[in-house]
Amino acid sequence: MNGPVTIDRRRVLAGSGALIVSFSLGNAFAQDQPVPKPPGSLATTPFLDSWIRIDADGTITAFTGKAELGQGFKTAFQQIAAEELDVPFASLKVVTADTSRTANEGYTSGSHSMQDSGTAIQNAAAQVRALLIAEAARRLNLPAENFRTDNGAVIAADGQRFAYGDLVAGDMLHAQAQPASKLKDPATFKVMGQPTPRVDIPAKVTGGAAYVQDMRLPGMVHARVVRPPSYGAQLTACDTSAVEKLSGVVKVVRNGNFLAVVTKREFQAIKAMAALSDAAKWRETPSLPKQDDLVGVLTSLPSQDKTIFQAGNRLSAGQKTIEATYTRPYQSHGSIGPSCAVAQMTDGTMTVWTHTQGVYPDRQAISEMLRVPQASVRCIHVEGSGCYGHNGADDAAADAALIARELPGVPVRVQWTREQEHAWEPYGPAMVTRLKASLDDNGAIADWHFEVWSNTHSMRPGGAGAMLAAQHMAQPFAPPPPKPLPLPEGGGDRNAIPIYEFPNAQVVHHFIPDMPVRISAMRALGAYHNVFSIESFMDELARAAGADPVEFRLKHLEDPRGRDVIEKAAQGFGWVKGQKAPPDRGYGFAFARYKNLAAYCAIACEVEVNRETGRPRLVRAVAAVDSGQVVNPDGLTNQIEGAIVQSMSWTLYEAVTFDDTRITSIDWQTYPILRFDAVPDSIIVHIINRPGKPFLGSGETGQGPAAASIANAIANATGKRLRDLPLTRKKIKDAIDA
Amino acid sequence: MTTVKVNGRDHQVDAEPDTPLLYVLRDDLGLNAAKFGCGLGQCGSCTVIVDGNAVLSCVTPLLLLEGKQVTTLEGLGTIETPAPVQRAFIEEQAAQCGYCIAGMMMRTQALLQRNAKPTDDEIRAELAPHLCRCGTHMRILRAVHRAAHLMQTADASTDQRSAQ
Repeated sequence: MNGPVTIDRRRVLAGSGALIVSFSLGNAFAQDQPVPKPPGSLATTPFLDSWIRIDADGTITAFTGKAELGQGFKTAFQQIAAEELDVPFASLKVVTADTSRTANEGYTSGSHSMQDSGTAIQNAAAQVRALLIAEAARRLNLPAENFRTDNGAVIAADGQRFAYGDLVAGDMLHAQAQPASKLKDPATFKVMGQPTPRVDIPAKVTGGAAYVQDMRLPGMVHARVVRPPSYGAQLTACDTSAVEKLSGVVKVVRNGNFLAVVTKREFQAIKAMAALSDAAKWRETPSLPKQDDLVGVLTSLPSQDKTIFQAGNRLSAGQKTIEATYTRPYQSHGSIGPSCAVAQMTDGTMTVWTHTQGVYPDRQAISEMLRVPQASVRCIHVEGSGCYGHNGADDAAADAALIARELPGVPVRVQWTREQEHAWEPYGPAMVTRLKASLDDNGAIADWHFEVWSNTHSMRPGGAGAMLAAQHMAQPFAPPPPKPLPLPEGGGDRNAIPIYEFPNAQVVHHFIPDMPVRISAMRALGAYHNVFSIESFMDELARAAGADPVEFRLKHLEDPRGRDVIEKAAQGFGWVKGQKAPPDRGYGFAFARYKNLAAYCAIACEVEVNRETGRPRLVRAVAAVDSGQVVNPDGLTNQIEGAIVQSMSWTLYEAVTFDDTRITSIDWQTYPILRFDAVPDSIIVHIINRPGKPFLGSGETGQGPAAASIANAIANATGKRLRDLPLTRKKIKDAIDA
Repeated sequence: MTTVKVNGRDHQVDAEPDTPLLYVLRDDLGLNAAKFGCGLGQCGSCTVIVDGNAVLSCVTPLLLLEGKQVTTLEGLGTIETPAPVQRAFIEEQAAQCGYCIAGMMMRTQALLQRNAKPTDDEIRAELAPHLCRCGTHMRILRAVHRAAHLMQTADASTDQRSAQ
């Protein structure tokens, strides 16, 4: 079943057309059972023309149901399609997530884009090329083997050329994908594997319209929402008469606790929002937990406990036992551009332009909120500022739809404020991990015990109740009950199961349904904290064993690709066993395979600590990554550089703050993140390419290792182990002084 | 009506005098590059150049701009003929989502106009008001160095031409 597709030439010669050709192959498979599914998202959206279209004029378009979020996959997909279609990179365009045009690929999340959509486009393009060859073969009444493709044409042995546009006819590409494709030999790649400039960057650096924030539809009005001051606050009074008289005000929208104002011009909306906010009276209820005791809070909330991994049965097998507790606070996605959406109700259809990660789930949620059929809502993805998970994008889309319903025909642009983005986005969940392990006489880990306490890591839409606007309406929708995300990918338990080989091990997931703070998916989900915990603890154990941290990891790791990235990062860094860093500096190392099934990443780093102030600075980092077959090496490098820098900011600086009622980290003063003075001197990324191997994605593989390598370097520099994120200057100073 | 000179052209703007320049640029003049990031002067996304200085347009009211020269990213070059700073950011692929980049580039332009050969420390200090969340900082720093080099090269070739 895994062999290359062979076109049924007799059917082709009989002139029955490409559609029939593919069905005849389908029938051949049907004789076996079960029918194997085509790879990637072709399994759920099997028609080739859902992915690749070729018009009679030769125009080529590739389609993806994923949303470009700044990761650069739009460029990578264009490379993939160009490669397998055998056309120049610049000769095609990629269309991204749109409920009227593209496949339903759910969310753009979990580093799945390359794996799901990239794989679908690669196979669809290869199968389209095979169909085009078959059509040329049919026309000349020659075997398909006599033809090759080059530069957008099928070429016969005698040199006769058939442009792709001349070969396609009718619904020739409306054919079911086959389970297997004849993919190109990676050794012959011309476009894939080449560093390729991103297609979106020129417009972004010259003032082109690149973001949903840049949309200006004719007659568009500007809306601002007045959010409650805290979770659960009830609007008790709001005299809107003065606001309605303000310059430019088109409408004040009040629906239960949902309050918004619409004006002709944008700055009018900002002024009117301030006036409306002053007019609104709210009743608040203190409901937030104690921020300074997250361990106590999380470990005392009711939890559903499950042993998710068990190896061996001796849980205290070794001689020397150590224990540690690690914590992570609630952390903010912190998009630089606050969320924005444009919506317009025209002829009974609500169109929403949104920077959501999931146009189809948003369509479902918005249609449920508006109580209209899904077919009456269209969601079109337009880029926004980077989101790094479930930020305010979906909520802004719902806001825009709810307001636009009140103004039929008029395009409504909703722009969140900085304070709203910071106060209302669903944060990355706080987490607690407890680790205990012992070493045998040979300094190897004899037993390993890992417990993690966490909320779910996805409260994304699908149902209306996930949207703030729907929760705040007069007839509100309740948030759906939270569910743990299933393994093997997991949520709070993502990367909780060690990749290392331990004779005895137990991993317990304490899933906490109660969510005192609004949370959802943030880049890498539980893997960020679990890898931080495991890889910090591996260093603690290495120290207890008197072993070198790199050697200690290799001693416990069998996975050859994992060993390769560890060795590559160590070698690239110049890691030498027992080597001491210069005074006030430390070296740190960490490794993980994201989700234990995606990309491998190892990071070595050097950190400097100012002993007077406690201030840490990442001096340099060297990473090695194996993401399977590489498509755009520069894009992959960019992702890993970004993972290290972003994770450094999470790890050293970031925590959402709150009192008993309100979120108090509401801007960049109260939620400080990395600035340029803390940027490292250098980051070097080594890529281990795996030609022909599946795409593994790269957007989330580096965050966990980056955090732990920095923590390990701080411990190496100071002799003090910090386990409570973020590893702030004050905590480091206090540890040094202790 | 306020007269404001943007990218070399006078514009009559019918906006209230307390309107921040950012909204005048985006909404009245239809310019995309300056971005709303915070409205508080904390992130740098809205940075433009006013009379040679990098200015946060989200906290600069229109009334202060009468008779001043405003330059936005659109005024530096175009997608067909990018200016040196734009070429540098493209060549270094110095963006992920790119939302913060226009502001970074305008401060870079202002810096390089008064200091053609900044050191790495000077560049880091200059970019201190700017936030990037994707973690593209290493590339941004490289792009600023490259922009300095490209501007010098461009100046040198202009000097040569005028000398001939």
